[in-house]
Amino acid sequence: MLKVITNNTANFFKKIGFDIVEFIKENFGILIGFAVLCVALSIISPAFLTESNILNILRQVSTNANLALGMTLVIIICGIDLSVGSIVALSGTVTGGLIAFSNVPITAAVFAGILVGTLAGVFNGVMVAYTGIPSFIVTLAMLNIARGAAYVYTGGQPIRVMNEDFNVIGAGYLGAIPLPVIYSFIFLLLTAIILNKTKLGRHIYAVGGNKEAARFTGIKIKQIEIFVYTFSGFLAAFSGVVLAARMFSGQPTVGNGFELDAIAAVVLGGTSMTGGIGKIGGTLIGVLVIGVLNNGLNLLNINSFWQLIIKGIVILAAVYVDMMKKRKEAQV
Amino acid sequence: MSKVILEMKNIHKRFPGVYALKDVNFELQAGEVHGVLGENGAGKSTLMKVLGGIYKVDDGEIYIEGQKIAIHDVEDSQNAGVSIIHQELVLVPHMSVAENIFSGREPTGRFGFIKKEEMLEKAQRLLDFFHLDINASQLVCKLNIAEQQMVEVARAISFNSKILVMDEPTSSLTEKEVRFLFATIQNLKSQGVGIIYISHRMSELFRITDRITVMRDGQYISTKMTNQTNVNELISLMVGRELTSYYHKISHGLGENALEVKELTRRGVFSNINFNLREGEILGFSGLVGAGRSEIMKSIFGLDRFDSGEIYIRGKEVTIKSPNDAMNFGIALVPENRKDEGLIMKGQVGYNMTLRILNQFIKFINVNTAHENQIISTYVKKLGIRTSSTLQLISNLSGGNQQKVVIAKWLAAKPQILILDEPTRGVDVNAKAEIYEIMNRLAQEGVAIIMISSELPEIINMSDRVIVVRNGSIAGMLKREEFSQERIMHMATGGIS
Ligand SMILES: Nc1ncnc2c1ncn2[C@@H]1O[C@H](COP(=O)(O)OP(=O)(O)OP(=O)(O)O)[C@@H](O)[C@H]1O
Ligand SMILES: [Mg+2]
Repeated sequence: MLKVITNNTANFFKKIGFDIVEFIKENFGILIGFAVLCVALSIISPAFLTESNILNILRQVSTNANLALGMTLVIIICGIDLSVGSIVALSGTVTGGLIAFSNVPITAAVFAGILVGTLAGVFNGVMVAYTGIPSFIVTLAMLNIARGAAYVYTGGQPIRVMNEDFNVIGAGYLGAIPLPVIYSFIFLLLTAIILNKTKLGRHIYAVGGNKEAARFTGIKIKQIEIFVYTFSGFLAAFSGVVLAARMFSGQPTVGNGFELDAIAAVVLGGTSMTGGIGKIGGTLIGVLVIGVLNNGLNLLNINSFWQLIIKGIVILAAVYVDMMKKRKEAQV
Repeated sequence: MSKVILEMKNIHKRFPGVYALKDVNFELQAGEVHGVLGENGAGKSTLMKVLGGIYKVDDGEIYIEGQKIAIHDVEDSQNAGVSIIHQELVLVPHMSVAENIFSGREPTGRFGFIKKEEMLEKAQRLLDFFHLDINASQLVCKLNIAEQQMVEVARAISFNSKILVMDEPTSSLTEKEVRFLFATIQNLKSQGVGIIYISHRMSELFRITDRITVMRDGQYISTKMTNQTNVNELISLMVGRELTSYYHKISHGLGENALEVKELTRRGVFSNINFNLREGEILGFSGLVGAGRSEIMKSIFGLDRFDSGEIYIRGKEVTIKSPNDAMNFGIALVPENRKDEGLIMKGQVGYNMTLRILNQFIKFINVNTAHENQIISTYVKKLGIRTSSTLQLISNLSGGNQQKVVIAKWLAAKPQILILDEPTRGVDVNAKAEIYEIMNRLAQEGVAIIMISSELPEIINMSDRVIVVRNGSIAGMLKREEFSQERIMHMATGGIS
């Protein structure tokens, strides 16, 4: 019975282009690290390995998971998206404002919030594709613009939205599983399918791996770039709305520094900052490592200042180990 | 008998899935030009990379001037007096020619500041020796691949090493540059430098080498005195069997005009280009490095804009603004520079081969893997691509095998008009014959083919007509019965050379 289930899941994952054996081989180092982390935490803190804590971790990582999925595509095409944290704030405040100030129906407000954030992503993509300004600069500008817009719109104050129907979007459950976790899971599948199962996915790797060769192959580079930044913007916008719903409020200060956690997760997951290489499975592990680390440090009552330092060191160490491994392989 | 300057003994090297060097022995004398010959993937470059400190040996010993030495990295190798021109160019694109030539060894003044003037002057002197139109202060990324190759040569020579390795230094050079290179080699030789010369161009090996070592399947086969051997013997040593006809052009009737170009001009690059290409025809494009042949093709293929002129396909005027437009008209372009223009080096063999034809097996999110694998294995067989698996990273293939993948990528698109820019760059004799046969077969099926090649024998043997380009314009056109090396060279140089 168990065998049937595992076989079926393996087949399912294969279908979306996910090979479990490859996955373990490629992420061996970080998987070991992750396992050690989990075992250590479950020994030190009895609260760690409980159903409620695990669901809690999953819910906490869901935002970063969404952002990291988009960021994976961006980094594969050799770019970076620094604006996602600000877009989270912008879309959340827009949706919140429309409901609270303008009495717009919830569905429409949600839709509008997501649209605004997505348009910010479109703007990033168009600028990168057509002006040749480096993505670092374009999205750094958008980081300021979107954050500024959120402040302007709200006057700098959080917008309270005491609406149960809205709240359910972020705080609801499907069975025992929090809705944000469900959303992230869907996005995970979606992104994996795009990367592994579509022409678009192969073109994304080509643009990141060698833009010139992609041009010679007739790949529409500008379209790919615009799609990728738009996708990243959309995921950020969606996360922003969900976050606002869960907190009963659209806050202009939310999402500060989210882009950095997303980048960290992507890099931990083995995606190359020089483009062309990266897998969704790796990013997922990266997200979980950061999430479990955060959770564990909280359970151990380590103060948040120290948490930052520890997180920084872990990221550095993990990427260093990975690089050493790759360099060794290259030199043989 | 002159003195032995380098000895490599019982060298072994394994990669995952490939036993690249099996007990290889090699010996080089001072003042000798020693050719190394072998099929694509035979292990030639690997042997040189072991000598150059890029790869560590698994087993074996290296002696330089009788001293046993251990080479752990590139610096060890340079200190031992070895300098290498690698098969794949390794210049830094956004640095100047001079900076590339002297990188790491810049002449410095009192406070460690680089003496820029002196560096530029020295570099320019090296370049001028090859009579090249390259300015030492130019950025490398502005140079074409042949010019980059010459910069690599200049760089390698500037080390004043005792042992100079050239791994296919002429693969994109034309006769003119080859002559200057050979003059340089003769000069170094008389100074007692030992030179290892790897090439798939038989005629060059016979012109310049004193001895030739043949390798096959990672093994040392034999070493012959150049003046006591011949092409057939060498080929049978490297392939392991007799290979009969090597060039054979099949002539047959030609069809309608497939492509016609009228007054095509791109200011400062080429001007007033007129030619036609018929179905079933192989049209050779000859000329010196920098004459503008590749640039003309890039404009036709929609990669570069052009200022004026018209393009007709099967009699109808067309507008081509992008490679996609060109592909829709059935045009394919196999670019000259596989590393930068042809391949996604971070991707696998199969991925690269099918990148152009995803439509054939991906429908929305439904990938027909069986069909994809079938396409891949067809071309792997057809072109004899040597790879441990189609999931192997393309960067782990030997240079010639990478070239075959680029060709496969475009053949798979089944073009009606096929433009080949140096299609046999770095490809061994056996695979060359294979590629010629494919060209013949396609031509017979009515495909119109343009072949740019810097290798004159190839142009002469394969083309129905040859167009010679000089300084961005067409210097002349020759019919098959008018072909001769002298005539083409004369047109290409304008009679100066
Ligand atoms: N880094 C690597 N990892 C795995 N396999 C490799 C690597 N480098 C070379 N090989 C394999 O070793 C073999 C020898 O390659 P090598 O580049 O030495 O061939 P070569 O004789 O120089 O061929 P060519 O004429 O095509 O340049 C090939 O089968 C190649 O695929
Ligand atoms: Mg080689």
